[in-house]
Amino acid sequence: MTADADATAPIPAHALTIHTEAIDGHGSGGVGTPVLGMLLFIVSEVMFFAGLFAAYFTLRAGYTEVVNGTIQHVWPPTQYADLLNPFTLRTESGALNVILPATIILVISSFTCQMGVWAIRRDDHKGFVRSIAVTVVLGATFLLLQAFDYSVLMSEGLTMGSTTFGTTYFTLTGFHGAHVFGGVLMLSVVLYRGMAGQFTSKHYDMVEATSLYWHFVDIVWIFLFSILYLAPLLGRGA
Amino acid sequence: MATTTLNPAAPAYRSGLYSWLTTTDHKKIGIMYLVNSIVFFVAGGSLAMVVRLELAQPGMQFVSEAFYNQAFTMHASFMLFLFVIPILAGFGNYVVPLMIGAPDMAFPRINALSFWLLPLGGLLMASGFLVSGGAAASGWTEYPPLSGAQFSGTGTDLWIMGLTLIGTSSILGAINFLVTIFKMRAPGVTLFRMPIMVWTVLVTSVLVLMATPVLTSALIMLFIDRNYGGHFFDPANGGNPVLYQNVFWFYSHPAVYIMILPAMGIISEILPVFSRKPLFGYKAFIFATVCIGALGFSVWAHHMFTTGAVFLPFFSLMTFLIAVPTGVKMFNWIATMWRGKLSFDTPLLYAVGFLTMFLIGGINGAFSAAVPVDFAIHDTYWVVAHIHYVLFGGSVFAIFGGIYYWFPKMTGRMLNETLGKVQFVIMFVGFNLTFFPMHQLGLAGMPRRIADYSASAGWSELNLVATIGGFVIAASLLPFFWNVLISLRNGKIAGDDPWGGNTLEWATTSPPPAYNFDHLPEIRSERPVFDARYGRTAGH
Repeated sequence: MTADADATAPIPAHALTIHTEAIDGHGSGGVGTPVLGMLLFIVSEVMFFAGLFAAYFTLRAGYTEVVNGTIQHVWPPTQYADLLNPFTLRTESGALNVILPATIILVISSFTCQMGVWAIRRDDHKGFVRSIAVTVVLGATFLLLQAFDYSVLMSEGLTMGSTTFGTTYFTLTGFHGAHVFGGVLMLSVVLYRGMAGQFTSKHYDMVEATSLYWHFVDIVWIFLFSILYLAPLLGRGA
Repeated sequence: MATTTLNPAAPAYRSGLYSWLTTTDHKKIGIMYLVNSIVFFVAGGSLAMVVRLELAQPGMQFVSEAFYNQAFTMHASFMLFLFVIPILAGFGNYVVPLMIGAPDMAFPRINALSFWLLPLGGLLMASGFLVSGGAAASGWTEYPPLSGAQFSGTGTDLWIMGLTLIGTSSILGAINFLVTIFKMRAPGVTLFRMPIMVWTVLVTSVLVLMATPVLTSALIMLFIDRNYGGHFFDPANGGNPVLYQNVFWFYSHPAVYIMILPAMGIISEILPVFSRKPLFGYKAFIFATVCIGALGFSVWAHHMFTTGAVFLPFFSLMTFLIAVPTGVKMFNWIATMWRGKLSFDTPLLYAVGFLTMFLIGGINGAFSAAVPVDFAIHDTYWVVAHIHYVLFGGSVFAIFGGIYYWFPKMTGRMLNETLGKVQFVIMFVGFNLTFFPMHQLGLAGMPRRIADYSASAGWSELNLVATIGGFVIAASLLPFFWNVLISLRNGKIAGDDPWGGNTLEWATTSPPPAYNFDHLPEIRSERPVFDARYGRTAGH
C-alpha cells in the first residue's frame, strides 16, 4: 500500500488545516464527500417517505364504504374516483385538470438538470447555466400547477378531512411539494453560483449533489403519480 | 511514541464564550453535547424524583394526577431524546475524528447545526410546562387517541415539534459520522483497524439514518391529525391507531440500539486499556455489532404483542435471536478481562458495573420476549425494571465510565479517583435499590404510569424502597459534580496518555490542539498507540 509509506512522514500542519485530502488515504478516489453526504441524506428521505407510504397502504387496505347496501372495500372512495383520473383534462364542474402536464414538466426537468451536470463536466458554462435555469423554471411551474390543482380539488370537496383518502393524499403530495420547493431553492443557489462562474469541470460537487436530490424528488413523484393516479384506473377495470 | 507539538495559536481576537458559541471544532461541539445532555439529565432526573416521591406511599401527597402524567412523560422524553442519545453522539463527536486520525468531522458547520438543534428542540419540548394544559402527558410513546387533539393540549404539539428538531439533529449527525468514517480516515486506518467505538458509531449512524426519519413521519402524521383535521389514527373516520404504534416502534426499537451500541463501544475501549490486554475477538465483536443493528429492524412489534395485530412468533423469535450477538459481546468482554492485569480505576468500575447490570437487563428482557410471559407482564413495573437495567445500568454506567475515561483528554486534568469510586458505589447501590424491587412490583401486578395505588395492594414497602433508592442515585451525583468542579481547577495534570491507551486520541496532547494532529504514529493494528509504545512498528 502506498499509504503506509506516507504514514511515517510528518504531515505539515498547513496540509491538515487546508487540505484534508492530504491525510485522507481512502477518500481521494470514489465519490466526493458532499455527494456521499447527499446520497446518505437521500437515504433518510426515502425512509421518511416510506413511513408515509406505509400509512397510505395500511389505511387504503382498511377502507370500506357502503356500496349497494353492503360494506365493501373500494379505493379510492367512490365520490373522488373520477376527480383523480389524470387523463380527463377537465373535472366534472369544468375546471382544468393539470396533473398530467405537471407530471410531464417535472420529468422533463430531471433531464434538463442532468444536461446541466453534463455541461459543467465539459466546462460548457453557457450550456450549464441555461440548463439549470430551465430546470428552475420547470420546477417552479410544477409548484404553481400543483397549487392550482389543490385549489381545484378543494373546490370539488376533497380536503384533508375527506376520509383517510384526503388525509393521505394531501400529506403525501404536500410533503412531496415541500421537497420540490426545497429543490428549487437549492437549484437557485446553484444557478446563482454558476452565473458567478464558481463551478468548473474540476469543482462541481454541489451541482452533482443538487442534481441527485432533484432526481430523487422526481422519482418520488413518479411513485406518487403511479400509486395515487394510475393504480386506481387499473383497479376499476374498463 | 509520537510527540505532538501544538499548532501556532490562532490570533485571540474573540472572547472565550464567543469562540464556543460559534465553533465548528468537533471537540468543542462534542463537549457542548455532553454539557447540554447533562443539563437535561438533571432536569429529567428531577422529574423522576417527583414520580418516586408521589409513589412512595399510597394516596396523592405532592402533585396532581395531571402533573404526575406530565412528570413521567417528560422524564422519559428528556432522558431518551435529550440525554442518552445526544450524550453518546457527543462522545462520538469528540473521539471519532481523533480515533481515525482526522482533523475534524467531514461537515463541521452541519456538525454545529446538529448540536444547536438540540437545546432548541429541548427548550421547545420543555416549554410545554408553561402553556395551559401543561406539557405532553400521554407517556413518551404518545399513543393516539390519548395524544390526539381531543385529550391533550398544546404541550403535545410542542413535544412533537421539539422531537422533530431533535430527530433532524440526529439524522444530520449520522450523515456526518458516516461520511467522516468513510472519507476521513488517516492512511493506515483500514476498516478493520478502526477502534470498536468507531464501529459502534458507524452502525448506530446507519440505524439513525434509516429509523429516525420514520419517527419523523409518525410525528408529522400525529401533528396533522391534531391540527389539520387528518384521520390517520382516528378510528371513527377510517384511521388506525395501531398504525401509529407500528410506525413509532419502527424507529423506537432501533432507538434502543442507538442508545446502547455506542455505550458498548465505550466499554470496549475501557476494558482492554484497564485489563492490559487487546479486546478478545475484535472481528467477532464487529460482526456482532452489525448483526444487532440489522436484527434491530425486525423486532419493533415486540412492543405490541398485546395489540393482537402483529405476527407473534416472528417478532418473538427475532427478539430472542438478538440475544446471540449480545451474548457474543458479553463473552468478548469477559474474555478480555480474563487473566488481564486489571487496574481498578473508576472507568473500569463503571465498565464492570455495566457488564453485571446489562446482563440482568438482558435476562429480564428475554422474559418479555416470550409471548405468553409478555401477556402477563406487559405494561407492568417489570417493563420499567427492564428498561432501566438496560438503559441506566447499561448506557448510563457506560456514559459515566466514558466521562471518567476521556475527561483527562478533554480537559488535560484527571478527575479525582476517590470521589469517582465513592460516586460509583453510591450510584450502584442506589440503582439496584430503586430498580430491583420493580421486578417484584411488576410480577405483583403493579401497572406502569399510575400515580396512586391502594394501600391494600401490598406494593407499599417495595415502592418505599424504590423511592429511597431513587434519592440515593440523586445523592450519587453530588460527588460527581463536586469532582468535576474541583478537578477542572486543581485536578492532577493528565499528560498525553494517562491510562496507557491504545487508540489515536492518546497520541496527541490533552486537550488536543485544533485539527488534532501534527503527525500520526504508524498505524498497523487497531491499537496504534500501544504499538508505538512497545516498538511494535519498529520492524517495518
